Amino acid sequence: MIVRRIVAAAFALAAGSVSGQDLKWPDVVAKAKGQTVNWNAWAGDEKTNAFIAWMGDEVSKRYGVKVNHVKLKDTAEAVTRVVAEKAAGRNADGAVDLVWINGANFLALKQQGLLFGPFTQAMPNFARVDTVNTRSNVVDFTIPVDGLESPWRRAQIVFVYDSKRLRDTPGSVLELAAWAAKHPGRMTHPNVRNFLGSTFLKQALHELTPDPEVLQRPATDDNFAAVTAPMWTWYDALRPQLWRQGKQFPDNGPAQRQLLNDGEIDLMISFNPAEAAVAINGGLLPDTVRTFVMKKGTIGNTSFVAIPYNASSKEGAMVVANFLLEPATQAHAQDFRQMGNFSVLDFGKLSAAERKRFEDLPKSPALPTNAELGATLLEPHPSWMTRITAEWEKRYTK
Amino acid sequence: MGEALHQVTVRRADGLLRFAPAVTVAVLLLPIVAGLLGTLLPAFGYLPAIGGDSFNLDGWRKLAAAPGFATSLFTTLGTGIAASLLAVVGAFGFCAWAWGRPWTRRVGGWMAPILATPHSAIALGLAFLIAPSGWAVRAVSPWFTGWMLPPDVATVGHPSGGALVLGLLLKEIPYLILMIVGALHQVAASQHLAVARAAGYARAEAWLKVILPQIYPQIRLPIYAVIAFSLSVVDVALILGPTNPPTLAVLAVRWFTDADIAFYFQASAAAILLVMLVALVVGAWVGMERVAIALGRRWIVRGRRRGAADIVTGSVAGVVMVLFTLAVLAIVGMGLWSFATQWRFPDALPQAWSLANWLRQLQGLAVPAQWTLVVGVAATAIALVLALACLEHESRAQVRAGSRTLWILYVPLLLPQVAFLFGAQVLLVRFNLDGTVGAVILAHLIFVLPYLFLSLADPWRALDPRYARTAASLGASPARILFRVKLPLLLRPVLIACAVAFAVSVGQYLATLFAGNGRIPTLTTEAVTLAAGADRRVIGAYALVQAVLPLLFYLSAAALPALLYANRRGVQGWR
Repeated sequence: MIVRRIVAAAFALAAGSVSGQDLKWPDVVAKAKGQTVNWNAWAGDEKTNAFIAWMGDEVSKRYGVKVNHVKLKDTAEAVTRVVAEKAAGRNADGAVDLVWINGANFLALKQQGLLFGPFTQAMPNFARVDTVNTRSNVVDFTIPVDGLESPWRRAQIVFVYDSKRLRDTPGSVLELAAWAAKHPGRMTHPNVRNFLGSTFLKQALHELTPDPEVLQRPATDDNFAAVTAPMWTWYDALRPQLWRQGKQFPDNGPAQRQLLNDGEIDLMISFNPAEAAVAINGGLLPDTVRTFVMKKGTIGNTSFVAIPYNASSKEGAMVVANFLLEPATQAHAQDFRQMGNFSVLDFGKLSAAERKRFEDLPKSPALPTNAELGATLLEPHPSWMTRITAEWEKRYTK
Repeated sequence: MGEALHQVTVRRADGLLRFAPAVTVAVLLLPIVAGLLGTLLPAFGYLPAIGGDSFNLDGWRKLAAAPGFATSLFTTLGTGIAASLLAVVGAFGFCAWAWGRPWTRRVGGWMAPILATPHSAIALGLAFLIAPSGWAVRAVSPWFTGWMLPPDVATVGHPSGGALVLGLLLKEIPYLILMIVGALHQVAASQHLAVARAAGYARAEAWLKVILPQIYPQIRLPIYAVIAFSLSVVDVALILGPTNPPTLAVLAVRWFTDADIAFYFQASAAAILLVMLVALVVGAWVGMERVAIALGRRWIVRGRRRGAADIVTGSVAGVVMVLFTLAVLAIVGMGLWSFATQWRFPDALPQAWSLANWLRQLQGLAVPAQWTLVVGVAATAIALVLALACLEHESRAQVRAGSRTLWILYVPLLLPQVAFLFGAQVLLVRFNLDGTVGAVILAHLIFVLPYLFLSLADPWRALDPRYARTAASLGASPARILFRVKLPLLLRPVLIACAVAFAVSVGQYLATLFAGNGRIPTLTTEAVTLAAGADRRVIGAYALVQAVLPLLFYLSAAALPALLYANRRGVQGWR
């Protein structure tokens, strides 16, 4: 935690430089055998936790690498830990071997030079990643990935609704606000301190701001107010119509899903296009839930894994990162009975047998097709999210 | 010759024991003092490692300017005072009304599960019980309410903090009742009550006029501990409290753990402000005590019979019984969820049952359950050794610990945890102990030791000294007397004290979080993490294990002496 950083800052030593180049894959696999990988990963979703546990068993069987899921409430905890170790001069044998990361947290580690790599080119399975059509696999919240993190699952905003209670789905955030005005108290969004909550606002910002291109550059003191003004106007009108008059918000995505399941709300935002199918299968939502998106597209991003510069089991971590990109693993992850996460692979680069694994996955009426999912909008620069969260608190935490 | 040897043994044994009180005090106070300093200095801008090398008030300024600070301060005070006041009224009212009624002997048995269950588990259960879509509303919908959909009203997380107060009461009233019952055993309460009743006072009135003034000095510190806890609780506030903004303690923890290190100053300021709030409210309470004494004396001297006391305490006791029921239902509700496949509004019970959830969770539960056991047993064992050493030293050296000792024991319970736990982390990091199981055990020890000592001290001191004297006159060494006479005689209270201590350890949230650095997951830290929205079936499983584990210790503490001493009725009699 922070204190380690504070205390140790006084004794900080210069960090040695690390490089992930010139890695030979067979050497990596050989060295990885017997290592334990402390995978720091957000643990708020039971399905993902189960997937990580399954994956741990598989890599243990196949590569002799043990995976220890260090359960995080917030990915920033892992970032803080690495920063703290750097300050303490612990440049080897760090506590974090692998971290599920993207966006602002990746930016923080990359900026401070706290990541191992580039390492992705050394992994045989990376060659199958879609680096052309899925731009978020190489540009993470506008930040070039540069081989410092390896993609493992894709996310795109969708809205999940109960078709028994909601018939005409809104196609834009303006229509969403109009629907909320007609059905006060029947929708909400996760707390804006949570990434999904701030993404709800970013989606609105993307639709409402006159020139969304500006979001691809860092927000500045000069442009923030003007660019976000239409979004705040929209939100000021929407907020009183929300669940609990917009005075209370669920902590995160799963808490919001619980509200939908309890019948407290009629629709929810999610980052997983398969959320509805996954939840129905898990008994977490009624089987009448379906999915819709905004007509002009919704924000999408990619989840990555990165290896801190001082990780004690770098080779083991790479084996895990590579295993995550295995077509069989990706197909397992995309199965809505498991996690339901859309693959980061380029199906054109897969063999027919590998493609068949995806084609054979079970279908569900709650699962949107790629065509239904529509366009993926790029994530704004992380600074927009940071500022939006601060501004929201300033406006609505009284 | 035998005589001389005997003397030597005594001296050597006591030689080691002589250090017991000092060691105990050090274990309790060192981390607290260091931790408090580690919070106090940054609160005033001093933390050279991150560039704070001059004293200033920036942290306080940022605190005051934080969004929603005034609201947060107000709800913290409001919920803290309300919970303390209502807990005291509830506990007094219940005891006044119920003491001496034959059926109340069982109350201890009913309270055991509530006392053993960690705050967070009860809070999780209560959250489901009282939510607008929760169990209570489901039970009466739609046949009575007509609701096919839950109403859009806030209960859990209401800005007023009402749900937080309720959650605190569920645990604090049983705790205070337990303290009162302990004190009652020391003042020949039944006899006094009989005399007062013979003089024409109704039961509750007699209790309030004759018993309460005698026992109040002994429950004063527990009441102050309840005030401190209510003002500074974190886990219950996270689950049931207001969210936008949350209470001060939650804000402090949020800032202490923020990725942006600059927040450390305002976090420290918030933590120190909490210490000041506790001092303020306890001070006000002490003032109220004075007033109550003055007024109470007049009330007693006036000597009127057949007041309204029985009716008032009767209704208070009724409310307390409702609260007990809520607490039990909260745990039961979580238990039901853990066996449910689906349970949707407005069904009063799950649509279908299955063991699938438990089978899925077993693997996940195993690790935190193991840590919980390891940490709980280790902290309890160390605390037991220290407490026994202190008490044994006390009886051998023929000294009686004064009130100062009692205050020292209460320091960890009177100070807000946020005010010293993060500061104490500095110590752990210095010794490279943070994130180790040893650190977590040490952190738990700070809270486990007082409870164990307090629950063991009274029965220990009450043991008839003639047993030891008889054994000594038969030539037994002090060690032999301790292990062959005193401990067997006091087995039941020793085991009960251990069960209490273990339950305290299981319930620790913040201490585990800060000392374990997230690497030592216990049932409580996992449950609070899950509380932020995971599947209720999963939360249910964690909450149930959280409740059952300490309860098992209680039950074995109660059953073991009877089993071991099945052939010695006299020994079993000691309670």
